[in-house]
Amino acid sequence: MERKAIDLEEGWGYMVKGISKLERILEGLPEAPFSSEEYMMLYTVIYNMCTQKPPNDYSQQLYEKYREVFVEYIKSMVLPPLREKHHVFMLKELIQRWSNHKVMVRWLSRFFHYLDRYFVMRRSLPALSEVGYICFRDLVFMEVQAKVQKTMISLINKEREGEQIDRSLVKNVIDIFVAIGMGGMNHYEQGFELKMLDNTADYYKSKAANWIEAEECLKRERDRVSHYLHSSTEQKLVKKVQHELLVTHANQLLDKENSGCHALLRDDKVEDLSRMFKLYHKIPRGLEPISNIFKKVGLFGHITAEGVALVKHAEEAASNKVLIRKFIELHDKYMAYVNDCYMNHTMFHKSLKEAFEVFCNKTVAGCSSAELLATFCDNILKKGGSEKLSDEAIDETLDKVVKLLAYISDKDLFAEFYRKKLARRLLFDRSANEDHEKSILTKLKQQCGGQFTSKMEGMVVDLTLARDKQTGFEKYLLDNQHVNPGIDLTVTVLTTGFWPSYKSSDLKLPPEMVKCVEVFKDFYETTASHRKISWIYSLGTCNINGNFEPKTIELIVSTYQAAALLLFNTTDRLSYSEIMTQLNLTNEDLVRILHSLSCAKYKILKKEPNTKTISPNDTFEFNFKFSDRMRRIKIPLPVVDERKKVIEDVDKDRRYAIDAAVVRIMKSRKVLGHQQLVVECVEQLSRMFKPDIKAIKKRIEDLISRDYLERDKDNQNTFRYLA
Amino acid sequence: MRRSSNSSKKTAQSNSDLFRSASSKASSKESERIDSLFYSYANGSTRLIDPEGIETLCADIEVDHTDVRILMLAWKMRAEEQGYFTLDEWRRGMKELRADTVSKLKKALPDLEKEARRLSNFADFYSFAFKYCLTEEKQKSIDIESICQLLILVLGSTFPAQVNLFVEYLKSQNDYKVINMDQWLGFFRFCNEITFPTLSDYDAELAWPLILDNFVEWMKEKQK
Repeated sequence: MERKAIDLEEGWGYMVKGISKLERILEGLPEAPFSSEEYMMLYTVIYNMCTQKPPNDYSQQLYEKYREVFVEYIKSMVLPPLREKHHVFMLKELIQRWSNHKVMVRWLSRFFHYLDRYFVMRRSLPALSEVGYICFRDLVFMEVQAKVQKTMISLINKEREGEQIDRSLVKNVIDIFVAIGMGGMNHYEQGFELKMLDNTADYYKSKAANWIEAEECLKRERDRVSHYLHSSTEQKLVKKVQHELLVTHANQLLDKENSGCHALLRDDKVEDLSRMFKLYHKIPRGLEPISNIFKKVGLFGHITAEGVALVKHAEEAASNKVLIRKFIELHDKYMAYVNDCYMNHTMFHKSLKEAFEVFCNKTVAGCSSAELLATFCDNILKKGGSEKLSDEAIDETLDKVVKLLAYISDKDLFAEFYRKKLARRLLFDRSANEDHEKSILTKLKQQCGGQFTSKMEGMVVDLTLARDKQTGFEKYLLDNQHVNPGIDLTVTVLTTGFWPSYKSSDLKLPPEMVKCVEVFKDFYETTASHRKISWIYSLGTCNINGNFEPKTIELIVSTYQAAALLLFNTTDRLSYSEIMTQLNLTNEDLVRILHSLSCAKYKILKKEPNTKTISPNDTFEFNFKFSDRMRRIKIPLPVVDERKKVIEDVDKDRRYAIDAAVVRIMKSRKVLGHQQLVVECVEQLSRMFKPDIKAIKKRIEDLISRDYLERDKDNQNTFRYLA
Repeated sequence: MRRSSNSSKKTAQSNSDLFRSASSKASSKESERIDSLFYSYANGSTRLIDPEGIETLCADIEVDHTDVRILMLAWKMRAEEQGYFTLDEWRRGMKELRADTVSKLKKALPDLEKEARRLSNFADFYSFAFKYCLTEEKQKSIDIESICQLLILVLGSTFPAQVNLFVEYLKSQNDYKVINMDQWLGFFRFCNEITFPTLSDYDAELAWPLILDNFVEWMKEKQK
């Protein structure tokens, strides 16, 4: 059926009626709602006008008119009140207008829907609803955006200052910013967020009072985002605030008199420290730029100050007895901080280490801490040491000692002192507990490597083997009664190299003892051929009977003392020089022995003249009258101070170690600059000790003179390896 | 060091071979005169010019035997052992100096000194002076007393301020009893490279021999 074509004017006249009604509804004027018939009619008019044959297809014109409806409405109805209103009222009007606009777009796009289905599709034009929103954006939003932005920021700042604001209002405006982007965040970010963040920075620039407030601010900003800003803003906002409050003013914040690191550490405010750390920890890479501040006023500075004070105190008291214990306590305390407050962060472990390295390598009252540490171990491990602790406590303390060792650069010096003391414990049966001896060696091995403990372990093993050997020797004597010297003899066979070097003196043994030595030699050859035994009499102990007139007393003496006393079996009086010739000892040793027998507590020998010191013109006589209330006495022989020898030995070992390191490096590199060689050498040796640069230089020069290296002909600062 | 001296001997040998093959009457005459001059000073049994011979020679050319020019003469001959000249060494030196009589030798001395002090030669002469003083088998260093004399002799006129202070330092310190070649060469480099007496460009971080680090420290202490 042929339908009569509707012309544009007629059709549009009909549409205008519907549109006016819609506008009246939007303005809140009395008007009945659209009935479905009305709606159907409006739709059908559009349909008809779009489906007529050209030239009566009015799709293009209708599409344009659709837009014009919005433009007209906005110009006449929306903009005037918006322009009139300000601040919050303007925002409210905007929200109202936006919500109206949404309704308008919804209805109008329904009336014109047929355009969407064919015309818009075919020509790839913006859909009807989009056209509606673009109108609002370009005509309304762009005009008021700057004003809106300013008002919003001032509201946020008001809230920051503690005022109550209408959060839902702000949130609704934010929603417009987001919606207007039609899927993109461009309008929100460029039109609002950017300015807001800049303003935030400005706002907080002058606000940094202390870190606790900063923490509070951060929390509030996070709340703010969750209440009315877009969630994508949270990261950016927090970052801005962190930067302004925590990073820019980190120096002042962390150094504050009552709330800074120093104060918290001083007052043991564990929880606050932990909170403060977490605050900084959350800043991405935040700990790095402020690590220097932490270093100065934080953990490092604090520990160093406490440690140095301990050292100073010990120095003033000229006593280093309790120093290691104090170090351990200090370490416990701050290790707990690092673990609890600083979430075990590597940066603070490093600070702790660096701080301890500062004062753990100071010399205290003439002692290096390497030596003090070895002495401390000795006191724990020896019988009747000053530290009386349970097994668990001992093990725990040993753990801590080993941890302290990590901070000491002269590990080789510690090892040498430790070995000396271990030797005394093992050889004189003064070790309290073999398990503890083994336990600390295991700990040392774990921390310093197998090379570090191999000799010490060898010593412990030697002692076990020596016990077996002794059992074997006793059995041998039982089986070979004819060789039994008639004196009980215990021999401890040690492996050269494991033990500290002792001078094997040429003491002339009394014949009784010579016989013992011969018997043992014969026995030893039956068990191990091709091994040479050298005797170290200075480490021997003898039990001898002193037949004094009042009573016989068993004397526990060193082999040296015994040898001297046995001389008096054949004669009553001997001069100093006679004793010296018969024993074949040095003056130094002889004076020490004779002093212990004639000038000390027990006067086994009478000295002529009766003075307190030994002189080469003295004569000695066996003191028949000597007596004591005990049946058995130990006559101590003072130990020669070993420190000098230990240090000398370590120095010598270091020379070898430096030589070896230099040769090793040069062998692989062939040609190398001086500075680099020094650096690599220090690096290689740092596990054992911190070599002195001058010492390295000296060794390099020595190696040049021994033709291991030469200077490059053209560059005197470069060395070549001579294969 | 031993290897290099061997090789230098070898080249000397081949030079004289060449010389012989291209011999002319005049030059063989000269050679004869040089040889006979040698024998006039040489010890009859060892066929070497020994310390005694050198003293006679010094007297003839009117130079003290401790004069630096005698050391330069030894350098010219590339003499190996202190106090002795072999025939080969003598021939080598005399030919280069074009001297076959005592008077020619005497006249050649000023030029010899100039030659030794020429920049391109002096370092070689300086290190020769050290090696020449090593008289014992496997000896690698020279005692402080002798090194001080040698320094004054060899370097005293070129770097008087440095040498005087270094000698003073060497005599006052106890760390070093001897000086080795590396230290000897190091001091020469020091004199050439370091601004004296401010020492502003001295950098102990560099590979200067330790003795120079100590010397510089000593000087700075002294300057305070």
